[in-house]
Amino acid sequence: MPLVELTDKGLYCPAGDFYVDPWRPVPRAVITHGHADHARPGSGLYFAEASGIPILRQRLGADLKAHPLAYGESLALGRARVSLHPAGHILGSAQVRIEVDGEVWVITGDFKRDEDPTCAAFEPVTCDTLITEATFALPIYRWPDIDVVAADIFRWWQANAEQGRASVLFCYALGKAQRVLAALMTHTQQRVLLHGAAVPLTNIYRKAGVAMLPTEPALEAEVEKKFAGELIIAPPGANGTAWMKRFGDCGTGFCSGWMLLRGNRRRRGYDRGFVMSDHADWPALIQTIEESQARQVLATHGRSDILVRYLTERGMRAAELRTEFGDEDLAAEA
Amino acid sequence: MQAFTDLFVSLDSTTATNAKVAALRHYLEQAPAGDAAWAIYIVSGRRAKRLAGRPLLKDALQTLTGYPEWMVLDAYATVGDFAETASLLTEEVRATDARGDQHSLAYWMEQEILPLADLDEEAKKQKLMDWWQRLPQLSAFLVTKLITGGLRVGVSQTLVARAVAELADLPRDVITHRLMGEWQPGAGWFAELIDPDITADLSSRPYPFYLASPLEHEPAELGAREQWLAEWKWDGIRAQLVKRGGEISLWSRGEELMTERFPEVIAAAASLDDCVLDGELLAWKDQVLPFAELQRRIGRKTVGKKLLADVPVRLLVYDCLEHAGSDLRSQPMQARRDTAEQLTDGADERIGTSPLLTAQSWEALAEAREGSRERGVEGLMLKAADSPYLTGRKKGAWWKWKVEPLTVDAVMIYAQAGSGRRATLFTDYTFAVWTEQDGERSLVPIAKAYSGLTDAEINKLNRWIRANTIERFGPVRSVSAEQVFELAFEGINASTRHKSGVALRFPRIARWRTDMQPEDANTLGQVQDLLQLYGNT
Repeated sequence: MPLVELTDKGLYCPAGDFYVDPWRPVPRAVITHGHADHARPGSGLYFAEASGIPILRQRLGADLKAHPLAYGESLALGRARVSLHPAGHILGSAQVRIEVDGEVWVITGDFKRDEDPTCAAFEPVTCDTLITEATFALPIYRWPDIDVVAADIFRWWQANAEQGRASVLFCYALGKAQRVLAALMTHTQQRVLLHGAAVPLTNIYRKAGVAMLPTEPALEAEVEKKFAGELIIAPPGANGTAWMKRFGDCGTGFCSGWMLLRGNRRRRGYDRGFVMSDHADWPALIQTIEESQARQVLATHGRSDILVRYLTERGMRAAELRTEFGDEDLAAEA
Repeated sequence: MQAFTDLFVSLDSTTATNAKVAALRHYLEQAPAGDAAWAIYIVSGRRAKRLAGRPLLKDALQTLTGYPEWMVLDAYATVGDFAETASLLTEEVRATDARGDQHSLAYWMEQEILPLADLDEEAKKQKLMDWWQRLPQLSAFLVTKLITGGLRVGVSQTLVARAVAELADLPRDVITHRLMGEWQPGAGWFAELIDPDITADLSSRPYPFYLASPLEHEPAELGAREQWLAEWKWDGIRAQLVKRGGEISLWSRGEELMTERFPEVIAAAASLDDCVLDGELLAWKDQVLPFAELQRRIGRKTVGKKLLADVPVRLLVYDCLEHAGSDLRSQPMQARRDTAEQLTDGADERIGTSPLLTAQSWEALAEAREGSRERGVEGLMLKAADSPYLTGRKKGAWWKWKVEPLTVDAVMIYAQAGSGRRATLFTDYTFAVWTEQDGERSLVPIAKAYSGLTDAEINKLNRWIRANTIERFGPVRSVSAEQVFELAFEGINASTRHKSGVALRFPRIARWRTDMQPEDANTLGQVQDLLQLYGNT
């Protein structure tokens, strides 16, 4: 019998009677990370890596019942032994290792292997079956070096400043915003303004000891006319809203893995697209699958069809798992 | 190449027109004249002959990367552009020291890219693989784009003309005129382009076309009926006939030289004075033939006797821009029109004037317009009698007052991702209507449509498509037959190439009929009734 099965409530482990990232309320939920498609409200008890718990409380409610775990700490749930391991996706993000009677399954959750000082670096975990995300499972996806991208963002900000314009950088409020704030530290110590949605999450990161540029809520800051020369970080949803009007003629940029493709850059209508993803690119996916030594790979969301066919043609056992995690649609957090 | 790559990045990373003009002007100032000429050629959307076909590119890409064909094709379906796909997939075999290329754009065009035409397929493949490994990703993308056709960077001819005009400090329409027609990029050509002597020879060039705008309000709001000339709106090919010093040439709105394609019109122009006439090419036998007939003449460089006899073409003139060497464009429409009539009076029947409608009131015109479809025209044109000949899409002097389109309610059965900026969205849809055979009702495809939905509707429909996919065939998905759309179209013709037996002209989505069930969609029988009424017989 499989250690983990797909049910209408989510990925379920019968031996331990718990779910991983369920999409309906369940008694016991193990959570890989705090993004909305993985952490949903209403469950009885949430198991998550300790640094991720404040994020869950911020997003799902302060009274959330949580059981914090350290990376590597082992917990017995029913007949299963469960432990969390760094996934490198965002603060507190984890892979879930499940062991029952000597058989090991690992659920990667969302992960990346690129450098990111805002969270613990990904650690490969060996297993028999690997359930992996496949958001960017096509060999066109290879991420540029984060330092190159950060330098690009900084140059763009400065070029706008020289023209007396503000720069509004759109990126997901949880994870990406903080990663940008950390990456820019090699270029400046200037204070950055935040859209309200990014403020509490950035505070959580600061409390966790993540070094980032100083920040201030955009609406409280004393600024020159039309925010000339300022960098403002905002979630993509803020684009085109009345909130934007205060910045006048400003430069707009968007940080996402999807920005690798010219078609996406043009369609989105931002001035600039910066390629920065918190998901694994193609080489990282393949490396992770190889290092896991898994005999079977189950792929969820994104381009799982591609990954499964590619692995199958290489003689591996692979199949798709139709989860309700972020669709291949341009999910903002990618 | 690096300077041009930088120009591309500047043009591609802004949507602001002023920033594009500035970037272009900056490049043209710095670049050697030969490079400047090629840059203008490329960014204004001109293109060399395709130098390598898709199969060759795919083969080179597979050989270089080792990825299976299906994966290359799936990558292409995702990216929406083959050159970009190639530049991305080759990233892993790219030399780590690949950096800006030292050669000029003119060198690349003249010594590397265009000479590909003389190489055999294997040699071309080797060249491609070499470039993909040696050039940095963006340059590899650009070179591949130039080999496979054009490069679109959201730069219009007008915008190029603006940048050159600023640079040369010359009036923009002089530059626009100089940029028209056929020219060979080179240092000498660029020097002529910015030559301050504007009396220079412009012999065979047409004038920039003036384009009509759709009328979006009641015609009565235009003012008094007698201040406007009304004509039929013909469904043909817009053309300028240029005769100077006895030399005759025929130009399309896309600035293509069509002289050899319409020999009967050229022959008919022999008896005319020197002039430039603006009008419409139409397939014509006693009366106008459907556009589908004219289509048989389009794209043929030379025409055989049979085709000439089957589909004779006529030029219906509606404006005269130049007569005996003098530019008439600042004269009023009415005067230009009178000149056109005098000029063509007594000419061969292959050149005539587009008749004016005499209806005295807006109401009477509206009534006449109702008969457009039966007449094989698209509606009416309204032209201000006192207006000069403008350029481009400036609104106000010419309005097209088209008849309401025909419509059909059809069910969506396939969805396909778009290309370019729409590669990650399903934007191309196939629609079907009901047909019945042996008591079995089934759907038969009737049209593909790409446009007509708002961005919000496209996003909503995309979520629905993803959730209701039945099967995937590469980039195409079949979806459950549930969603009904009202399609609008301009005409209908019998077709042996379509299973339904009909071809719709300019189909587009008029409305998403969320109020309708799929079984309420139209039947093929109902569509065939439209064919009987309006089709080409």
